[in-house]
Amino acid sequence: MSGKHDKNKAMTLHTPLLNELESGPWPSFFSDLKEYSKKKPVVVELLNQLEESYENRWNYWIGKVLNAPGYGGGIIARVSEKADKYPGLANFHTVRVIEPPGWVYNTDALRNLADTAERNGAGILQFHGMTGDILLLGFSDEGSLQCVEDLMHDGWDIGGSGAALRTLQCCVGQARCEMACFDTMKVTKHLTDSFIHYLHRPEFVYKFKFKLSGCSNDCANSMVRSDMPIIGTWRGPMQVDQEKVAEFIDAKGLEYLIDNVLTRCPTRCLSVKGKTLQVDNDNCVRCMHCINVMHHALKPGKDRGVTILIGGHRTLKIGDTMASVLVPFMKLETDEDLEKLVEFVERVWEFWNDNGMDHERVGEFIARVGMGTFLKGIGVEPDPRMIRQPRTTSYIKFEELAPPRMDGEGNKMPPVWNREAEAVETA
Amino acid sequence: MSDKPLAPRDQGAPDYTKHLHPLMLKNYGEWVSHDRVRPGVLVHTASSGDKLYTIRAGSPRTMSADTVRKVCDIADKYCQGFLRFTSRSNIEFLCGDKKDLDNLIKAVEKDLGWPLGGTGPSVSNISHTQGWLHCNLPGTDAAGSVKAMMDDLIEEFRNENLPNRVHMATSCCQINCASHGDISVIVQHHHPPRINHNNMQICELPKVVAICPAAAIRPAVVNGVETVEVVEEKCMYCGACHGQCPSMEIRDSETDTLSIWVGGKMSAARGAPTFMKLAVWGIANNPPRWPEVSEAIRRILNAYKATGKPWERVGEWIDRIGWAKFFEMTGFPFTRYHIDDGPEALSNLNRSAMIRL
Repeated sequence: MSGKHDKNKAMTLHTPLLNELESGPWPSFFSDLKEYSKKKPVVVELLNQLEESYENRWNYWIGKVLNAPGYGGGIIARVSEKADKYPGLANFHTVRVIEPPGWVYNTDALRNLADTAERNGAGILQFHGMTGDILLLGFSDEGSLQCVEDLMHDGWDIGGSGAALRTLQCCVGQARCEMACFDTMKVTKHLTDSFIHYLHRPEFVYKFKFKLSGCSNDCANSMVRSDMPIIGTWRGPMQVDQEKVAEFIDAKGLEYLIDNVLTRCPTRCLSVKGKTLQVDNDNCVRCMHCINVMHHALKPGKDRGVTILIGGHRTLKIGDTMASVLVPFMKLETDEDLEKLVEFVERVWEFWNDNGMDHERVGEFIARVGMGTFLKGIGVEPDPRMIRQPRTTSYIKFEELAPPRMDGEGNKMPPVWNREAEAVETA
Repeated sequence: MSDKPLAPRDQGAPDYTKHLHPLMLKNYGEWVSHDRVRPGVLVHTASSGDKLYTIRAGSPRTMSADTVRKVCDIADKYCQGFLRFTSRSNIEFLCGDKKDLDNLIKAVEKDLGWPLGGTGPSVSNISHTQGWLHCNLPGTDAAGSVKAMMDDLIEEFRNENLPNRVHMATSCCQINCASHGDISVIVQHHHPPRINHNNMQICELPKVVAICPAAAIRPAVVNGVETVEVVEEKCMYCGACHGQCPSMEIRDSETDTLSIWVGGKMSAARGAPTFMKLAVWGIANNPPRWPEVSEAIRRILNAYKATGKPWERVGEWIDRIGWAKFFEMTGFPFTRYHIDDGPEALSNLNRSAMIRL
């Protein structure tokens, strides 16, 4: 044990309840931190406070605001209600760090994060937060700011918080997956870098999250957890290797193919003739199931792109909203494609932020104003692929059929309503 | 601030190409297939013929700097210094040389003590949040309850014996940061917030009023202090106000309970993504090991394992067998609280005479 921390020497670990988290086969964060507390006395204070939480089923952290110069977020500042007892927790903040897209790391970078976290704070790291960030825990005010400077000096950047663009996350994509229909890592980096101002300076009515998945398996968990899921897909026929189909049938049997592939297709577009698989590609909805099961024989089609969806978020405030289709298909390969996406996102943000209420996620905004109004606001033409079925409610305000207003003002709309629909390429 | 020059700002996301295993960089976009070698071990094959092995193991998500260094030591020795994490906080050691696999696996299991698994039809690591360790809002812990649950589920993590993958999540408050899963655990409060009127001046009143989904909070003057009041009949105990203002205390160590939700799914495979649905409520918030939660999860998994068909996720399995059977098999009581009165209320009723009798 280091002699440098004499002033804290009196604090000993007292964790009878937490000790019960040391048994059992799953790795214990507690055992790890307990061991580490021998060289980081502040971790003793942290664990002793956590023990009190376990004892009293109560939490002792309060939020406060702390920002690095030039930034409006990224430090999640926490002060302890028990700072008198645990002075090391008086200020004990989290720093969010933007992760490498796809959560890939070289060990130099990981060691650098560990050193930075240990040098400036409690030396506790989390891989990862639910938004995607790397989380470094346990910094004083000065430690937080120094940590941020050190991180930036070493090429990192800090993540989003508050009513801002949040850190993006994506699946491993083309770096290691044959299913990925677009370059999730490249697009994640491009969007992050293009919008870095909005990520660091909260200027929105509320938070906005992107999550990017290379296919409909949605390994980035985008559908309920991001305001704008971007999901890989393809146009035209999927790729079928009939030799491998025959091998699959030989290995697994026809019954397995029927029970687990053909009858599981949501649009019943698969059939088998002898040992040949026939695909009604016009009716395939790119759900990925048959490809998941027969991944040696089947592949996504070659003309690949993305579906862009809008409005997913978890329960606060109006209940869960599932994202729904906004752009059925868009190519996302060239620099021009990427630029088109950036411009499109800016249009969505402009309309949402001009008209959204305080603390209104874009999904809640759409629920309030209606998707039809939203589409008009962002200049996107309605498309039947955006809906499950047309409306069943017959009370409708048809603008074209409404009589002129009595006061003679006419149908004046804010400028954003009159904007010509800018072409967004759809399939 | 000091006069020291500030480090560069707005640098953006790290350059991922510097973090990719050489085989990932070489074969980027050229992968053609994958296979599961054994639970916890994947091999991806590129069109070049290169093979990349992935050793997936459960991580505790929260780790000390020393543990991160241990992870790095292993990756340096067997993985040319490259690894990744998954969206469910599993770690993936990436290995280009089949000869190193056995030693790598030994190092992960023995030196690090992290179990291999989480591939294929298994229970994956549980998505979770900060809990009592570092959040300002939680009604329960996260990392600790996950540790206790995964101790119980470790064989389901290590083996591929389930009908399909089971994603799990826990959330420590009603904001539900960890979100949807095939099986999810969340906290529920049972009283309106207790207002600390004397501390209310620190808050921005409109934010507390605006955040309330039930429009239950309105400005009021109490004992000459400008503050708010809560219309208790309207309040649904969600705690949204508590997130805005610590003076709106929603948590209650005596009465808060946990509930378990099932059938959430993000993937579109076989059918559109689905929300999770209430399975059982009123479970004790019982640290340090929450045995009642593990027991309830075990009941769900046993029933799913017994009658789920291959590739059926938990929600699809229940859709097929019907909710009556689900409640019968798990022994959870079906109550009037299971009948939705939220935004999806009417569409969640059985609007047909189609009934299993």
